[in-house]
Amino acid sequence: MPEYTINLDGARRTVKAQTDEPLLYALIDGLKLKGPRFGCGVAQCGTCTVLIDGAPVRSCVTPVSSLGNKAIRTLDGLEKNGKPHPVQAAFADEQAAQCGYCSNGWIMHSVALLEKNPRASEAQIRQGLAGVQCRCGTHIAILRAVKKAGVTMTAAASGEAAVAEVQSAATAV
Amino acid sequence: MNDLTLNRREFLQTSGALVVQATGIFAVGDAAAQAAAGAAPAVPVIVGPHPSALDTWIRIAADGAVTVNSGKMDCGQGLDLAYAQIVADELDVALDSVTVTLGNTRLSPNQGGGSGSTGLRMGAKPLRNAAAEARRVLVESAAAKLGTAADALAVENGRVFVKADPSKSVTYADLIGGKNFETSLKWNNIVGNPMDAAGQAKPKDPSQYKIVGQGFKRRDIADKVSAKEYYTAHIRPANLLHARALRPQVAGAQPLSVDAASIASIKGAKHFVKGGFVAVVAETEWEAIRAARALKVTWSDVPGSLGGGEEKTFDYIRAATPTASNAIPMFGGKKDYDAKPTLEALAASKRVIEAEYECAFQSHARIAPSCGVVDVKDGKVEVWADTQKPHFLRDGIAKFLGIPAANVQVKWMHGAGSYGRSDADEAPYEAALLSQAFGRPVRMQWSREEGTAWDPKAPAGVITMKAGLDDANNITGWYFKAKGFNGWDVRFTGESPEHTLVGMQTGHKKWNAYNYNTPEETYQFPKHVHWWETVPPYLQEASPMRTAHMRAPQEMQTRFGQESFIDEVAHATGVDPLAFRLKHLKEPREIEVVKAAAEKLGWQPRSGSEMASRASTQRDKTAKVLTGRGMALHSGYQSYAAVAVEVEVNRDTGRIWVKKVGIGHDCGLMVNPIGVQAALEGQIMQGISRSLYEEVHFNDKRVTSVDWNTYRIANMDDMPGSIELALINRVDKPIGGAGEPAIVCFPAAIANAVFDATGIRMRRYPLTPARVKKLLA
Repeated sequence: MPEYTINLDGARRTVKAQTDEPLLYALIDGLKLKGPRFGCGVAQCGTCTVLIDGAPVRSCVTPVSSLGNKAIRTLDGLEKNGKPHPVQAAFADEQAAQCGYCSNGWIMHSVALLEKNPRASEAQIRQGLAGVQCRCGTHIAILRAVKKAGVTMTAAASGEAAVAEVQSAATAV
Repeated sequence: MNDLTLNRREFLQTSGALVVQATGIFAVGDAAAQAAAGAAPAVPVIVGPHPSALDTWIRIAADGAVTVNSGKMDCGQGLDLAYAQIVADELDVALDSVTVTLGNTRLSPNQGGGSGSTGLRMGAKPLRNAAAEARRVLVESAAAKLGTAADALAVENGRVFVKADPSKSVTYADLIGGKNFETSLKWNNIVGNPMDAAGQAKPKDPSQYKIVGQGFKRRDIADKVSAKEYYTAHIRPANLLHARALRPQVAGAQPLSVDAASIASIKGAKHFVKGGFVAVVAETEWEAIRAARALKVTWSDVPGSLGGGEEKTFDYIRAATPTASNAIPMFGGKKDYDAKPTLEALAASKRVIEAEYECAFQSHARIAPSCGVVDVKDGKVEVWADTQKPHFLRDGIAKFLGIPAANVQVKWMHGAGSYGRSDADEAPYEAALLSQAFGRPVRMQWSREEGTAWDPKAPAGVITMKAGLDDANNITGWYFKAKGFNGWDVRFTGESPEHTLVGMQTGHKKWNAYNYNTPEETYQFPKHVHWWETVPPYLQEASPMRTAHMRAPQEMQTRFGQESFIDEVAHATGVDPLAFRLKHLKEPREIEVVKAAAEKLGWQPRSGSEMASRASTQRDKTAKVLTGRGMALHSGYQSYAAVAVEVEVNRDTGRIWVKKVGIGHDCGLMVNPIGVQAALEGQIMQGISRSLYEEVHFNDKRVTSVDWNTYRIANMDDMPGSIELALINRVDKPIGGAGEPAIVCFPAAIANAVFDATGIRMRRYPLTPARVKKLLA
């Protein structure tokens, strides 16, 4: 079986995979990651999402052999120095999970969206998350969490001055 | 000793408890409670930890940490946290010191698993009793140690102290840390949901609760959102084989031959055939997928057997000769009914209103399909599964493999959603068969297609309603008949192989037990009759359309009929639907939730003439977006829920947007209001999903709902603009279930709102955009 060296969460990792093998199976079966999860295998639910060069990608249909040295980020690598990413913290704080199995997709899409634009409006958030599925119906708490993460990330990026503005925008919708 | 009033889903789970071997007398049971529960007089033999031992339920470690073992599981609603609250209050320890293990057959007795919103209302009872008894034992032990009377002592944070001199104290850790209580409890001799056990101690009065009733956030979410939690799918023991199954393209077809050469190029891949079950195993997951795609199977040529497909579902139901009928919802035996007095009353009425309502098949369609990991080794079996009923799965797999249940252990894992008897029990059975055959641990993962097309379905039905009215618009008779596919093609537990697809495929014949449902709300209509009838399945064995319990089983269907018709009769008599309900309801708790939902929505009463003109003027085709409101009520699980909604209906697209939601919710004593709120928010979205989109598509040969394009569910765009919840807390009432009552209301509440908006009565759910558009055209 061929071996591939991939750029995973900031480290070079080697994994055996068939040339047509989607990244998802290399990550969960080969490297025992627990973030990206199998949901549909046909790129419809988002549960397997990873970020590749910053953009959300469905790992269930993306061959490992196509990645080269592109930067792959996963839920497993989001914590920094033992501290959760603001999006993870907001999901825990807003209790934005029922079974939680799909949360990987929501979080990775939100990270991609908010790291580009922490001031994303509710409409932009809804649009950014339009292709992710949740079966338990946790959407209401998820939207609250993503808005909260936006506030936190805006504060981190631009200091306290921006917070009030964003908060008022968040509560207005 | 117990408050056992069993007339619902828990009943059969009790009487059907599996007795594994000859009984030995263990404890003197409460004969009255047993008789009330309809349990067999014999004392069931327990496999695994015994409910009559205090050490089964609760342990205190050397550092004072408290571990509680429950035979229930969590569907993502924080049951473990609620148990911890109850135990912490009873024991007088800090909430953080209590850890709860769920659904591990090695640690807990069979409390029925996840079932009928019984997690708290039934499952908490033995835990509360055990915690109270543990406290009693510890305080007595402290009294001996401190040389004082037990009633001179108090407990705080696991420290027992002399009330008059708090410097004299001893901790629980000092008294018992790491040791056994070796104390017996009196067990009620019931296996399943109503299992209870109690010692001499009387649990606290709810007025003394400090932690119960407070809102706490779930503990599992942080790990779930940071890739630390293990779901079943993550269990990958050493030497693992990965498995995938193959299903026939025509339901009922049997494998005639398999071409082993077709997967020869995939190193290590092997196929397996037993009866109608075909699977492949391989060394990696991707190779298992490739092998499943590559394996050439010749299937028998059978005609289509699925009743002509979805276009004919309701004709099939109407025409079918019933297999069974009954006048009561599900459990409690047989009750006769007589429609004649109702029909005579209708015949003598000034006016008769009639309507029929149709409910489509629905799929659990969990976000990830069934997954199970099983290791059969040296006559012992380890199972990792996200089943709702781990103990029943243990018993079933034992039977399937011919291994004593005592040698089978099931560890419940977090899973990809849990809404009843889904496909969750299926892959573990298949993995068990394959592990036994190949002598290695096996991980079976179903595909998306299998998870939607081959899971047990919520049964379609037709609800027929009639009401008679006299000159003064008083109701003279009320007729309710539900006729639908049986809700029990397979049982709500995996306690025996015939309740699984692979079991049927390997020769375990389907059982013959039947149910549908009838409403139980307290509308006091004269000359009323309620009954259900079931119709034969399309395909007797191993059908992709076999049915089983799905969240609020057959309650959504029956209340769609009943609560839509309430609205219809209210309109026909020119009475506002809110006032109509309040006039006819008897139970004060139903009345209160109905009022609360209306208030939360901002329900403005309409006069008869206003309702009549609305029904006509709203047909005006110039308006693109029409707005209206409706409501529905459901009582069950010792709880009461009313849902009122305001909808926008887009005439051009047929899209319904549930713009506002108001819910009145009474689940008795509320243990954790944050948990109840989360449960309701989830029910709002899944309720909207089941009301507007969810239907299983199928033709005569196969199910054609195979993914999220062909089995649509709600998404972010379906989120309401505003949600107002009235959470009614009743400290003086038993804990009720909060996971099901509200979701039942959505199809009727939405359809009633659509009528208010458009003047068009939608009598089938889901109210899909295509169907709405067609009716509004």
